[in-house]
Amino acid sequence: MSNDVFDRADEVLGLFRRGAEFTRELLEQNKSLRERLASVESHQQDAAQDNGEWGKLRSQLLERIDGLECENHDAIERVAALEDENQQFANRYLEIEEENNSLANLYVASFQLHSTLDLSEVFRIVTEIVINLIGAEVFAVYVLDEKNGALEPVASEGAPLKDVPAVRLGQGLVGGSVAEGETAFADPENSNDWSRPLVSIPLRVDDRAIGAIAIFKLLSQKTKFTPLDHELFTLLAGHAATAIFAAQLFSQSERKLNTIQGFIDLLTK
Amino acid sequence: MERRNRILIVEDSPTMRQLLVFALKRLRNTDITEAHDGMDGLRKVTADDYDLALVDINMPVMDGLKLISLIRDEESLKEMPIVVITTEGADEDRERALALGANEYLTKPIQANKVLQVARGLLKTEPASS
Repeated sequence: MSNDVFDRADEVLGLFRRGAEFTRELLEQNKSLRERLASVESHQQDAAQDNGEWGKLRSQLLERIDGLECENHDAIERVAALEDENQQFANRYLEIEEENNSLANLYVASFQLHSTLDLSEVFRIVTEIVINLIGAEVFAVYVLDEKNGALEPVASEGAPLKDVPAVRLGQGLVGGSVAEGETAFADPENSNDWSRPLVSIPLRVDDRAIGAIAIFKLLSQKTKFTPLDHELFTLLAGHAATAIFAAQLFSQSERKLNTIQGFIDLLTK
Repeated sequence: MERRNRILIVEDSPTMRQLLVFALKRLRNTDITEAHDGMDGLRKVTADDYDLALVDINMPVMDGLKLISLIRDEESLKEMPIVVITTEGADEDRERALALGANEYLTKPIQANKVLQVARGLLKTEPASS
């Protein structure tokens, strides 16, 4: 009987010991879980903090992209502006080239016209200018005979001089342009009619009529008058007239000088 | 020694000669010689070396076509570029000049910049300015 009691007591003690051990294991597991929970919470907090950094970085990068896009846009606009400016320079260059051509022609024409006081040489130079710089095939140069009021042909190209009729001052396109002192244009079509030139350029010194240049036909490769031709008409109207007038005066003075010299020689012999 | 281009202008009209000189003066390091008719041109082209010749067709004493033909007969001048400058704009005139050995054909009235452009093309090299 007493042995049974002791056996039962040992059994109960063993049961308690296993219960205590189980409880200790439970406590250790609990502690371990708490530590893991704390660790997870800590990671979560860190993650939450990193997300803020990323957001900040992302925001900075987006701002930078916006900035670069703006710069890119400005650069494209600047390139477009430079291209536009470049085009303007190219156009200006062409204009200057044109201007240079015009000035070269005008300079040469003016230089040649005033290079001589020989009347026949002046007519030759006027003829050269009209052929080479304007590109006329048929034309005539007239000089006003003040005694009878007729414009007499003194030089021609493309037709014999004897075939070119004289023109009364004030009559027809040529006579009218000289009387009025205005360049006159007729049919754009080439004409062989001596009374209907393509253009009549009056030659005048101040208000004094000197003569005219009438162009009847252009060279086959030249289809119309250019702006340079109009400048040459203006130049010829003034400079050819002055050159002819100066050569006429020089010729007259030479003749008078010879006459006077003849008298002096006669008187002193 | 500095390389210079040499151009010969054969043209009877003083106006045209002056205009051509005026245009070609814009080429760097270039010497320009003028001849007033075909015979004068022949004398000058055979006496000196030229890199380019500009030749008018209608000239006294010897016309431009005859001059071009004589130049091309000369072995040493076969390669020299020749530009014809004329009032004749017809295709047959152009073909005749080119058949004789001209390299380019310009019709009057000429433009200074066109002459310059053609000269630059035929000279190939424009010596650098010193």
